[in-house]
Amino acid sequence: MLNVKYGEAIRLAMIEEMERDPNVFICGEEVGQYQGTFRVTQGMLERFGSSRVVDTPISEAAIVGLVTGAAMAGLRPIAEMMTFSFALVAMDQIVNHTAKISYMSGGQVKVPVVIRGPAGTGNQLSAQHSQSLESWYSHIPGLKVVMPATPNDAKGLLKSAIRDDNPVIFMEHAGLYGMRGEVNEDPEYLVPFGQAHIMREGSDVTIVSYSHMLNTCHRAADQIAQEQNINCEVIDLRTLVPLDVETIIRSVRKTHRVVVAHEEARNTGFGAELSARIYELAFDDLDSPIERVAGPDVPMPYAKNLERAAIPHDDDVIAAIKRVVNLA
Amino acid sequence: MGKLAVRESPDSFPFDSREGVSLYRLMRIIRRCEEPLNRIYREGKIGGYLHLYIGQEAIAAGLIPLLRSDDYLLSAYRDHGHAIARGVDPKRIIAELYGRVTGCSRGKGGSMHIYDTGRNFLGGYGIVGGVVPLAVGVGFAIKYRGGDQICVCFFGDGAMNQGAVHEALNMASLFKVPCLFVLENNGYAMGTAVERHSAVTDFIQRVSYGYGIASERVDGMDLVEVREVAERAIAYIRKRSAPYFIEAECYRYAGHGFSDTAQQQKTYRSDEEIERWKQRDPIEIFGRRLREIGALSSSDEEEIDAEARRIADEAIDYAENSPEPPMDELYEHVFTEAG
Ligand SMILES: Cc1ncc(C[n+]2csc(CCOP(=O)(O)OP(=O)(O)O)c2C)c(N)n1
Ligand SMILES: [Mg+2]
Repeated sequence: MLNVKYGEAIRLAMIEEMERDPNVFICGEEVGQYQGTFRVTQGMLERFGSSRVVDTPISEAAIVGLVTGAAMAGLRPIAEMMTFSFALVAMDQIVNHTAKISYMSGGQVKVPVVIRGPAGTGNQLSAQHSQSLESWYSHIPGLKVVMPATPNDAKGLLKSAIRDDNPVIFMEHAGLYGMRGEVNEDPEYLVPFGQAHIMREGSDVTIVSYSHMLNTCHRAADQIAQEQNINCEVIDLRTLVPLDVETIIRSVRKTHRVVVAHEEARNTGFGAELSARIYELAFDDLDSPIERVAGPDVPMPYAKNLERAAIPHDDDVIAAIKRVVNLA
Repeated sequence: MGKLAVRESPDSFPFDSREGVSLYRLMRIIRRCEEPLNRIYREGKIGGYLHLYIGQEAIAAGLIPLLRSDDYLLSAYRDHGHAIARGVDPKRIIAELYGRVTGCSRGKGGSMHIYDTGRNFLGGYGIVGGVVPLAVGVGFAIKYRGGDQICVCFFGDGAMNQGAVHEALNMASLFKVPCLFVLENNGYAMGTAVERHSAVTDFIQRVSYGYGIASERVDGMDLVEVREVAERAIAYIRKRSAPYFIEAECYRYAGHGFSDTAQQQKTYRSDEEIERWKQRDPIEIFGRRLREIGALSSSDEEEIDAEARRIADEAIDYAENSPEPPMDELYEHVFTEAG
């Protein structure tokens, strides 16, 4: 085991896969000479050279088109979005092209690309730079959507993403880049898609979440365990598409109470899909309505106090837990 | 970078010397207002992204005061200088950076999103190139209503590689909208030098041949030159209702943003290069001109600088003592109230 940061784990995954497969390359803004906006690609230009670590202009639509075309012609590219807010500029390529080519070609053409970079909210980056839009991608048939919460998962899931023959949206979280953890060193260690991880076992309430929000959920679970002796089971989805419904339902059948939590806005957020699936499959097992913890339906404000209110915190999760156990 | 030739000064001072002193004062104010910002950021009082305009002041000061009050302005995220030159109160700009309700966007936008509709300052935008299509729309509206205003739009060299910018430039020319596009070419898009991001670095060629827009390059470190070109451009646009494109060659002294530290900058530029450009400091160059024609004495200079510092101090004070937005602001302005 290696003890590394989340950002380093992502780098390790890329390095291992680039060493394993000469068809893997990375391109994006400031990935090479600048050593990565968040240092994720640090040292990679020196290691692999400029034909495999490719600095691009600020042209997201063309970056995504380039990796998609390169994948159609047999390469296995990784595109780094400086942040996922800038992927919006490339949305037509992603949604109308990358995602649909396998299907439109009747399966003749595969598009093994990974589009990765930081997503999520925080740091007073305000409306245009601080948002979480994973439900957009999850809505598009043909895209897999991955949101790792730990260094080990970041490495194992990214390696799976690079080896996957389909387009993968790999959403990191800038707030996690500095997070340390044990990481499996084995270059053949992969974390498969569609297998949620029960991060914490409990019998009273199921909390379903992913990415950075899990830290918030854990703190809330700690506090409510101490104060009210309520034991929460915390499920990390790891991948939103494919979704591990089975693990969720199994937990619901045990706890009968559910909180779903994410950073992205509430309205048609991923929590809506999760709630619907649970109602469809386990309605009779529920002892109380599902609680959704989500960002409010507002663009991200800049001011510190408003931003704090626009990102779900421990107290929001605790309040939701109390409501599902009828304590509130 | 560094290909810029030092040009000869025009023989005569091309405008009123009192006007000159006021433009000098404006540059000083812009700089003094920005100088403390990185320190304040470090203290945790400013958050988010913070992009300084220091080094590029001659462009805002050379161009913006030529506009009429009913003309429109839009900018990218490096927008403090443009806003100050447009007359947006530095108090309200700094308060915005502090995230206070007295800020020009009620603390909801931050450094990258300065708005002041009272001055037809229609915002700063954080997505590279995103502002350019908006400016074409503003120009379209002016023309639609038969007005003779113009719309000025500032953006960086990095934006020249965004598809939306090219779509918008083509439309601007096709529809003949009264827009002045000002490309502030500071040599870098973040850590990527122009030569590393653009196959053709002659932006004038790209825009004039590509889209048939009248285009001109200017030394953006020299206010007198900027003003001369800007006067010509503005007159052209008003007369013909057609777009104009200016590429102002300039240099940013600070890092791209707060996190682009001195150490980080070493990945793309040298201290010598920065020093070389500082030798052509826009405030120094213009100050020298004014001294040469006897319009500025050293005591004037001191006085102006003291005033600029006072304005900056007062703005910081104002921000420090302003309240945060009340919590119900969170849900306000998502939609505009009907009526
Ligand atoms: C579409 C998009 N991609 C990436 C970014 C991140 N980013 C912000 S500023 C910048 C560099 C822009 O350089 P330039 O246009 O030359 O303007 P300057 O910062 O030099 O004023 C980058 C890459 C962004 N804001 N928007
Ligand atoms: Mg630039």
